[in-house]
Amino acid sequence: MQEHNWLLRLENISAGYNGDTVLSDVSLQISDNDFMGVIGPNGGGKTTLLKVMLGLLTPFYGEVIFNRELLTPYNIGYLPQMSEGDISFPVSVRDIVMSGLMQSRGAMARMKRADRERSATVMKDLGIWHLRNRCLSELSGGELQRVYLGRALIGSPRLLLLDEPGNFVDSSFEQGFYDMLKELNKKMAVVMVSHDVGTISAYVKSFACVNGKLHYHDSGRITNDQLKDYGCPIQLIAHGDIPHTVLQKHIDGDINI
Amino acid sequence: MEISIFNYDFLIRSILAALFGSITAGIAGTYIVSRRLVFLSGGVTHASFGGIGMGYFLGVNPIVGAALFGMVSAMGIEYLSHKQNVKEDSAIGFLWAFGMAVGVIFIYITPGYTPNLMSYLFGSLLTIGGGDLAALMVLSLVMILFFALFYRTILYISYDEAYARTFSRHVTLFKYLLIVLVSLVIVLNIRIAGVVLVLSMLTIPPNFVMLFTKNFKKVMIWSVVAGFVGMTGGIAASWYLDIPTGATIIFVMVAGWVMARIIKGKTGSSRSRRDIKNKLYRKEVIYKDVK
Ligand SMILES: Nc1ncnc2c1ncn2[C@@H]1O[C@H](COP(=O)(O)OP(=O)(O)O)[C@@H](O)[C@H]1O
Ligand SMILES: [Mg+2]
Repeated sequence: MQEHNWLLRLENISAGYNGDTVLSDVSLQISDNDFMGVIGPNGGGKTTLLKVMLGLLTPFYGEVIFNRELLTPYNIGYLPQMSEGDISFPVSVRDIVMSGLMQSRGAMARMKRADRERSATVMKDLGIWHLRNRCLSELSGGELQRVYLGRALIGSPRLLLLDEPGNFVDSSFEQGFYDMLKELNKKMAVVMVSHDVGTISAYVKSFACVNGKLHYHDSGRITNDQLKDYGCPIQLIAHGDIPHTVLQKHIDGDINI
Repeated sequence: MEISIFNYDFLIRSILAALFGSITAGIAGTYIVSRRLVFLSGGVTHASFGGIGMGYFLGVNPIVGAALFGMVSAMGIEYLSHKQNVKEDSAIGFLWAFGMAVGVIFIYITPGYTPNLMSYLFGSLLTIGGGDLAALMVLSLVMILFFALFYRTILYISYDEAYARTFSRHVTLFKYLLIVLVSLVIVLNIRIAGVVLVLSMLTIPPNFVMLFTKNFKKVMIWSVVAGFVGMTGGIAASWYLDIPTGATIIFVMVAGWVMARIIKGKTGSSRSRRDIKNKLYRKEVIYKDVK
């Protein structure tokens, strides 16, 4: 079996807000080919876990260790659960997508022709090319989420953190979205927070259950009993083995209107 | 009107003040309006009045005192906003009144006459000297350079600070630099429009421009242009009508904004016009396909 390099390691992390502990004694390692589903009840600390990885929240205790040859805290792709951005801000969709390129640049970064071309590719892939000159207040929730997804992907990060991407993804985009993540996973590690254990278990390679503590589950299949053992009381919507291709629509034939 | 040496000198000074005033206020104004820091800037403006009073009392240039008070209070508010248990707007309201109170007390206990006090409250081009203009010119250059060099970083920090922290370790530094620059812009423009009116010099041009474009860079550039037109218009009107300059500038700007709103209201938003254009375009394409 091929050896895989580790990217990021959390060691005995305790973290929270205003002195209240949300995560206690969490340890986790992420390797460069991981596709990890993060599950757990609301308020269990999933978003907090991602913030600790990103350095947005300094833990009370414990260490976040980066394998600096492969990853730094400043080149992680991140899709927040709720963006703090002000959608009435005078900025275009294209500029927001291109902000994902800042990770590899200094404070004096300029956007060049190649950057604009790269942003065009990403926007076309995500089906938001026609929105490129709009400002954010002119978008629907789902469109906005794709813009933020573009921002997370454009820099081709080694590690991609997605916080509940399914929330705004409509069913017509869902299948393509998960397939895209599978493809991206060949080049980057993916950590995805989701409530939809059933759907994602067809894609993820491992699970982390976060409910104050973290339980790591080394496979993409997880049962209700295991969830109960981990102290992760969430409902399984479907079992991971069910192939979801049944629902895939075929629209590649000739259409004559 | 007779053109005397006095008039000529005044004309040059006015145009320079309008130029540097609109450059600094246009750039800083776009930043504070986009980031919704207008209330904070109001707090900084009024806190700086404490420095004006202190300047009078100690016999130093009141603008130097104002700059000191402005910068310290701006950094103080920025610092407090990081602490989760401080209500930022209350802190601002507190500083706002405290600065004014300190200013009034200092001016009261200053022995004798306090020259030009009204000009600090309501602005006056007549009292602007070469030193004030030089300071405004240097600040204009600093603003242009800073925003040109760090445009992307400033844009992205302003839009979404939390996300900016995922790619830059300098977010806090930039926030402090920006708020210090904004407070300097406010303080130096107090000479033109006064403590009471200066904030509108910053906020009206970007609000006017944002009726037409929603691009950060364009808003900045056109705010400078709109500010310059509004200021020269206001200066000219105040000259011919012999009314206070600062107030006239603000009056002209507000009038311009109201007019733009009305015109905009009649032709509809750019969005709906673009939608119509898009629809027409789509029809054309479908038509071609069928053929
Ligand atoms: N900014 C914050 N300030 C204070 N408490 C917070 C903050 N963000 C989250 N929390 C608390 O931390 C706990 C975990 O939140 P979170 O990590 O967002 O959970 P999850 O993403 O698993 O739903 C919750 O109890 C929440 O109330
Ligand atoms: Mg969450």
